[in-house]
Amino acid sequence: MRNAFRDAVHELAKRDERVVLLSADIGNRMFDAFKEEFPDRFYNVGIAEQNMIGLASGLAMAGLRPYCYTIANFTTYRVIEQLRVDLCYHHQPVVVAGVGGGLSYATLGSTHHSCEDIGMLRSLPGMDVLCPGDPPEVTACVQLAAQRDDGPTYIRLGKKGEPPIHEGAPNLEPGKWLKLRDSAEAPEVVLLSCGNVLPIAVDAAQQLKDSGVPTELLSCVSVKPLDTTALADAFSRARIVLTLEEHSTHTGFGGAVAEWLADQSTPPPARLVRLGTPDAFLHRTGSQDYARSITGLTAENVVAQARLALAERMAPEARR
Amino acid sequence: MTTELAKTAARLRATVIQMSHEKHCPHLGSALSCLDILTALYGGVLSIDPKKPDDANRDRFILSKGHAAPALYATLNHFQFFGDDVLARFNEDGAELAEQPSPGCVPGMEAATGSLGHGLPIGLGLALAAKIQQRGYRVYVCLSDGECNEGSVWEAAMTAPALSGAWGKGLDNLCAIVDYNKLQATGRSNDILHLENLADKWRAFGWHTVEVDGHDLDQLVQTFTTFRDGNENFRGPTAVIAHTTKGKGVSFMEDDNNWHYRIPKADEVEAAHRELGVSV
Repeated sequence: MRNAFRDAVHELAKRDERVVLLSADIGNRMFDAFKEEFPDRFYNVGIAEQNMIGLASGLAMAGLRPYCYTIANFTTYRVIEQLRVDLCYHHQPVVVAGVGGGLSYATLGSTHHSCEDIGMLRSLPGMDVLCPGDPPEVTACVQLAAQRDDGPTYIRLGKKGEPPIHEGAPNLEPGKWLKLRDSAEAPEVVLLSCGNVLPIAVDAAQQLKDSGVPTELLSCVSVKPLDTTALADAFSRARIVLTLEEHSTHTGFGGAVAEWLADQSTPPPARLVRLGTPDAFLHRTGSQDYARSITGLTAENVVAQARLALAERMAPEARR
Repeated sequence: MTTELAKTAARLRATVIQMSHEKHCPHLGSALSCLDILTALYGGVLSIDPKKPDDANRDRFILSKGHAAPALYATLNHFQFFGDDVLARFNEDGAELAEQPSPGCVPGMEAATGSLGHGLPIGLGLALAAKIQQRGYRVYVCLSDGECNEGSVWEAAMTAPALSGAWGKGLDNLCAIVDYNKLQATGRSNDILHLENLADKWRAFGWHTVEVDGHDLDQLVQTFTTFRDGNENFRGPTAVIAHTTKGKGVSFMEDDNNWHYRIPKADEVEAAHRELGVSV
């Protein structure tokens, strides 16, 4: 995903001379081609993220379009007040990209995990939050964010080497999700996948479908704004709506869906099941796959939780 | 010119004292501390047409010590950026002007400040943008000494001399002014954190650093003009350490930190105005 981000910003810079790329001393050699082509539009601003966000705000005030790039926890937690005051309060069109979202950098330890960033950033007035699920969706997110004039956008990236699910960048509209698997009949399960867990969701959807459970799958790229049309549709047609994210179920994407659900005047028929990371730090080291396995972020667990919820849902009806 | 500026500064002091009294707004000592800096800049240095406050080539001024905003409001009003009616509504329910400014609340307000340590990074961005876009404007940011407690100030301080691009190296169009009155909210700024030697610190961070009397209008105008006209021997950013007195201009407020929060009573306003030789 990170290379897709770099390439998408590079492409934008060719068409839009307002594009300026800022890196907080990461991406060694990653931006060499960009630097060579645009020597006055790339700045390594050092391991000084607060200053990076303020500086980006100043660039944007003067009419430029800054893209801030560093590891997700440093471009969110570290600078939350700069995001709030310098970007949101001032309505500046700055794109803030966080690489290593969720458990991407699991082996680096919990200082480098970002499983609370979605919740923190979606609480900021005026901040759009985009969570692409594969490299083509990253390209689409960069293109979408570039269209915004009146405020900042957070793009939550994974790492490098994620498999592409889409063939080519999908057409992404503001606040709209992408339906990846449709169901001919009314779905029993709708999987709402948010961000870099998309391959797990694709696998789980296939397993459910193969075992005779009509299942739909959406990639919920835009956490803020939410696609409320897609939500209303899913909750009215399915029995189970299951959210999946490499982020805490507290405040994250599933939290946003739960807020929407609580606000419905008439409770819709479907039940919400939220899967994500726990409200806890991981203290044992391991790969991203290991971290996912101990937090239940596997296709097998998604299938099991969907089946369990379906069984609970069916039980009262069976008794009648 | 400076006689005229001195009159202006006295008048603005009288105005902010009145504002503090009428609208129960604290931080009066901080506002009085930076008023000569503001007067020198707006009265004799900055190139900003109040009729074209959004002109892309205008100079930029950011009052990073946002708690002194009444001083900036009074100054912008005096130099015709907005009318007396707007100033009269200061700090009232639903008004444009809060105790600390919101973005674009009035023409000439470049940034919302109040949370300390934000103005210099934003100013850095505006200065870098001028380099990228090949514009000739200058950027001035006024900080408080207490504000220099914030780490983000020093992140920006380390960055400004180092940035380089096709346009060269070092932001020579950026001027940081520290309103160095040696007091912050609850005590002496050098006792609370180790601030000394402040000028040496800025120098060590790679800034062309000059120390001035922050109430000497002649010296202030001359210092800013020298910066504006460029220094052939130094291509980096400039720091002006302005030695000031909190509560300057009113004998019973000067260097008395009670006036960080105290609101003057009617008889104190009268006494202050008498001392300033101004009636509002």
